[in-house]
Amino acid sequence: MHLHFLDPYQPRRSPVHAADSRLKLTLTLAFILTTSLTPAAAWPVYILLLALILAVEILSGLGVGYVLKRALLALPFVLAALPLPFTIEGQALFSLPLGPWTLTASVEGLARLVSVALKSWLSVQAAIVLAASTPFPDLLLAMRALGIPRLLVAMFGLTWRYLFVLADEALRLMRARAARSGEGAAAGARSGGSVAWRARVTGGMAGSLFLRAFERSDRIYAAMLSRGYDGEVRALPVPPMSGLQRLSLAAGLAGLGLLLLFALLLWG
Amino acid sequence: MHHSIEIENLSFAYPDGHAALRQVSLTIAPGEKVALVGPNGAGKSTLLLHLNGILSGEGSVRVCGLPVVKENLGRVRAAVGLVFQNPDDQLFSPTVFDDVAYGPIYQGLPPEEVTARVAAALAAVGMSAYARRVSHHLSVGEKKRIAIATVLSMKPEVLVLDEPTAGLDPRARRGLIRLLGELPLTMLVSSHDLAMVRELLPRTVILDEGRVVADGPTEALLADSALLEAHGL
Repeated sequence: MHLHFLDPYQPRRSPVHAADSRLKLTLTLAFILTTSLTPAAAWPVYILLLALILAVEILSGLGVGYVLKRALLALPFVLAALPLPFTIEGQALFSLPLGPWTLTASVEGLARLVSVALKSWLSVQAAIVLAASTPFPDLLLAMRALGIPRLLVAMFGLTWRYLFVLADEALRLMRARAARSGEGAAAGARSGGSVAWRARVTGGMAGSLFLRAFERSDRIYAAMLSRGYDGEVRALPVPPMSGLQRLSLAAGLAGLGLLLLFALLLWG
Repeated sequence: MHHSIEIENLSFAYPDGHAALRQVSLTIAPGEKVALVGPNGAGKSTLLLHLNGILSGEGSVRVCGLPVVKENLGRVRAAVGLVFQNPDDQLFSPTVFDDVAYGPIYQGLPPEEVTARVAAALAAVGMSAYARRVSHHLSVGEKKRIAIATVLSMKPEVLVLDEPTAGLDPRARRGLIRLLGELPLTMLVSSHDLAMVRELLPRTVILDEGRVVADGPTEALLADSALLEAHGL
């Protein structure tokens, strides 16, 4: 009885999956950086970036549909940019009477909103391809190789490891509750109890989940201590990247850098 | 020549005042395989946690000739491999390899030696093919074997196991008993599985309410039904 939905990794045989995790992490970060630094309304650059990420999606064998469906996650964040058309001055597009005020949308503001939406959509796609094509342990290795503090990486690792255990535990609790949530035989008897009572039960479950997690953390710490943990996070040295991977990294960074330069020169 | 485990007059009370161990004395010779049995709450796990200094009470504990005190903890923990009851507590790393490599890395061994130790430990438990796997997706029996490998990779003198057969299906249990029988280490095993105790461990110590109430050959103790009855076994 396991929950798998939390693990975004999709095993496939593809050049994207086979690439070194450090290469993928660096290029993903560079892609996101390029996307976010590209000036607003630089439409041709957005199209190039979209073509690039779509090419990687096809190459990875994940399927464009899979990635685009997951990329809908970016939508709620676009909400934050929703006021932009009304707050940026420019050529008036339409007016919206709102009680005593009148909101006027501008063409420039609308362009900014669409840019922000596109950018976050592109960035989320890159992150999804990375997470779906790289096993999490490899990603942790890449983070360490990039110089992210070891303690932080160790915490990511532990969180990822025990997220599943905790989710399983919650699932077991809910299953146990469901197993005892029957209906009385008497006709007309309302089953399920009052809302307040049900809330109390749910609160108790959350509390017991917290206590179990807390106690488990104690036992995990004991298990770490008994194998020599002394407060310092240690790990094996990361093996060097191959020549081809280094070359791809340099080429990828140079390409994205050029694209960004192009965007800044023409639209910045 | 030193003893593997020497415990003298060990007492321990939890912070809430509950006395878990009372004047426990126990000596285990190198190579001996000893069972620690007793009802739930008898103090078995508490006693095991003293063997590498996770808990420390009053009295003295020596492991492989080393007093278990703060200055020696590093060496004591390298000498005593403690396998916890729930493998999910023991396997805290992202992959099986990382978990088995944990102890050797903390001992400061060079990378080649770490890799060699991991390979040897996984081979010893018959799990060589699992190095790249993620612990979460393994069965309980597989996790148990990996948990044992995580301490074997530290090359301990003493193997201490808390309820090793709990939750295993008959085949996994059988495999584990065979595996433990093959390992040439001093062993202290806490268990409720008296059939395993009879088969694997020639000496038995019975613990009840924090006291050692019997210590002797397994055959004799397990034949004494009045004694077993008196201590809830």
